Amino acid sequence: MSAVRRTRGRTLEFKDVHDGGGPLLAVEDLHTAFRTTRGTVRAVDGVSFELQAGTTLGIVGESGSGKTVLSRSIMGLLPPHDVLRSGTVHFAGHELTAMKPSELRQVWGAELSMIFQDPMTALNPVKRIGKQITESLLLHLDMDKKEAASTAVELLRSVGIPSPEERVRWYPFQLSGGMRQRVMIAIALACAPRLVLADEPTTGLDVTVQAQILDLLGDLQRERHMAVILVTHDLGVVASRADEIIVMYAGRIVERAPADTLFHDTHMPYTKALMESIPRLADPAGTRLTAIPGRPPDLIHPPKGCRFAPRCPYAQTKCLEAEPPLRTAGSPDHLFACWFPLVNGVSTAPAPVAGNGAAATTLPDGPGDTATATAQAASGGTDAAAPGSGDGPTAGGETEAEA
Amino acid sequence: MGKYFLRRSIQLVVVAFIISILAFLLVHLLPGDPSVTILGPNDTAQNRAILLKQLGLNKPLWQQYTTWLTAVFHGNLGQSYLNHESVVHILATGFPIDLELIVISQIIAFAVAIPLALFTSRRPNRPVDNVATTGTFGLLALPPFVIAPILVAVFAVGLNWFPATGFVPLTQDPWANLQHMILPSVAITFGSIAVYYRLLRSDLISTLQQDFITMARSKGLSNRRIMWRHAFRPSTFSLLAAAGVNIGGLIAGTFIVEYLFALSGIGFSLVQAVNQRDYLVVQGISLVVALAYVILQFIVDFLFTVVDPRVSRG
Repeated sequence: MSAVRRTRGRTLEFKDVHDGGGPLLAVEDLHTAFRTTRGTVRAVDGVSFELQAGTTLGIVGESGSGKTVLSRSIMGLLPPHDVLRSGTVHFAGHELTAMKPSELRQVWGAELSMIFQDPMTALNPVKRIGKQITESLLLHLDMDKKEAASTAVELLRSVGIPSPEERVRWYPFQLSGGMRQRVMIAIALACAPRLVLADEPTTGLDVTVQAQILDLLGDLQRERHMAVILVTHDLGVVASRADEIIVMYAGRIVERAPADTLFHDTHMPYTKALMESIPRLADPAGTRLTAIPGRPPDLIHPPKGCRFAPRCPYAQTKCLEAEPPLRTAGSPDHLFACWFPLVNGVSTAPAPVAGNGAAATTLPDGPGDTATATAQAASGGTDAAAPGSGDGPTAGGETEAEA
Repeated sequence: MGKYFLRRSIQLVVVAFIISILAFLLVHLLPGDPSVTILGPNDTAQNRAILLKQLGLNKPLWQQYTTWLTAVFHGNLGQSYLNHESVVHILATGFPIDLELIVISQIIAFAVAIPLALFTSRRPNRPVDNVATTGTFGLLALPPFVIAPILVAVFAVGLNWFPATGFVPLTQDPWANLQHMILPSVAITFGSIAVYYRLLRSDLISTLQQDFITMARSKGLSNRRIMWRHAFRPSTFSLLAAAGVNIGGLIAGTFIVEYLFALSGIGFSLVQAVNQRDYLVVQGISLVVALAYVILQFIVDFLFTVVDPRVSRG
C-alpha cells in the first residue's frame, strides 16, 4: 500500500518518515482541560512521549485516567469550545497543534486515523457500510467512484468480512458487533494511514472476538507498516502486542517502559495493581481478583501529592504531600513516577502506613515547622520512619533534589 | 417491502371507513337539521315533516348511512340541500386550493427551518441560535388570524406587491395564481417554521454528540458535509412525525385564512356546511379529508423507511 495516490489539491506534503529517522509522533507536555460549571477538569496534565514509525504503543489506565482524552487531543479531535489544550504534537514532521482546521482535515483519515471504542455507535446507522468506506477514499485518494467501490470491497475482504461484495450494501444494524468493528478497522485503514489511534477497540466486544480483532489489527499493521496507539484499560490486551507501554493515572504518565521491562521490572505500585487485577487462566477456580480500592481522583481538585497515594497500599506521608517526578529507572527508556518504587516486586517504602485512609486523615493541615524538622531527620526516607512514630517523612529537601 | 405496503393499504381503507361513520354520526348528533335553513319563514311542523321525508332524513340513521355509502361507491357524493351544488363539484374546486396552500406553506417552512437548524445547532446557545430560538417561539405564539391582516396591510395595501383577496386557478394563469396564494400561504407557514426548526435543532444537537459524528470528523470530512451527509438524516425522525401531524391539521384546517383571503377552499365550505347542517356536504368533505389524512400518514410512514433503514427491516 505504499503506492497510494493522494488527491490533488492537498496543501500538505508528508516526508517519508522511514528515511527521516525521527519519531513519527512526538507529544510534548500536552495538557488538555475542560471548562465545566464545577470547575476546570484537567483530563490530560503534562504528557510527553515519542513514537517510532511502525511500532505499537499501549496506553493503559482505568476509566477516567485521561487516556481517551489523550488520544483525542493528540489528533486534535476535541471540540474547540470549552476545551483548553497546550503543549505540542508533532506528526510526521508537521505540528498538528499549530494546524488550521482545513489542514487537519487533510491529515485526519489520510495519515492519521482513529478506531473508536463502540462499533455500535461509531458507525452511522442510516448509511450503507460501503458508502462509509468510500467516503474517505473519495475524499483523500485520487479515485473515481468505481475504483473506490471496488477498493471498499477489497478492504472488507482484508478485514475478514465474508462475501464483501454483498456486505457493502448492508447497514450497520445488520452486522454483529465484531463485524462492525472489522468495518471500522476497514474505514480507519482505508487510506493507508501512518498512525492509527485505537481507542479501546475491543471493549464492547465478546472476549472471543476481542483476540480476533486485535490479531487482525496486528496483522494489518505489519503488512502496512503502520504505527498503532492502542488505548485500553486492560494491561492484558497490550502485554503481547505493544512494543512500549504507557501507564496513565489521573491525567499523567506514571510509568512508561518497553513492554517486557514493564512487566518484569514494575516500579510503580499502580502498574502492579493493574497487573494484579487481570484474571489469569493459571489461577485456581474461585481465586479472587485483587481490585484497586477507591476511585480515581477528582480531576478538578486533584490530590496534592502523588495522585495515586490515597489508594496506594504503600503510601507514606511524603507521597501525600509532594508529587513524584517522572524519572528514569535502570535504563533510559524506563520512566516512572513514585517516591518509593517497587524493586523486584517489593516496595521500597517503609512498612506500610496502617490503613491508608488513616494516613490521609492524620495529615497536618499544612506543612508546619515540626513536620519539616522531622523530615530532615528522616531524609533518605526509605527505612527511617517507624510506623506510629507520628509524622512520617515529608517533602522537605528531597523534592528539590529529585526534581 | 411489498407485504408492508399491502398491510398499510388495507389499514388505509379500514381507517377511512371508520372515519366516514364517525363523521356521519357526529353531524347527525348535532341538534337541529337542515330544514331550518331551507324552509326559513315557512318552518311549520307540517312542512318540516314533508321536507324531511323528501330528503330521506326521517329514516333510521343506519339506513341513511347505508344509502349514502352505496351512493359513494357509485361515485355520487350527493348535493347540497341548500344550493343544490354537487358535493363532487365543491370538492373539485375547493380541494386544490387547500392543497396549494399546504404545499406552498410547507415548502417555505422547510426551506427556512432546515438551513436555520443546520446552522444554529452547530453552535448552540450562541447569539444567532438565541435569536432564532426566541424568534421562532414568538412566531409560535402568533396565530394566522393575527399574521394575515398584518401581511395584507403591509404587502397588499401598503406595498401593493400582492392582491389582498381572491383566487385564480392554477390552470388558468399560474403566475396570477401564485400571486394570490403567496400571502395566505405565508400566513400559515410561521407556525410550521417554528415547530420544524425547534424539533430539528434539538435533534441535530443530540445527533452531533454521537460517536459516529466524531468518527465522520476523524475521516477528515468538512463540517458542511458532516451536517448534510451524516447528521441531517438521523435527525429528521421527530421532524417527519411532526410534519405528518401538522400537515394533517392543515387539511381543511385553514378555514380562517381562507375566510380572510376569500378563498373558497374546502375548509371554509366545511365550516359553513356544519353551521347549516348541510349533511351531505359535511359527510363528503369529511370523507375526502379523512382519506387525504390517511394517505398523508401513509406517505410519512414510507418516508420513515427511506430515512431510517431500520424501520421496515429491523
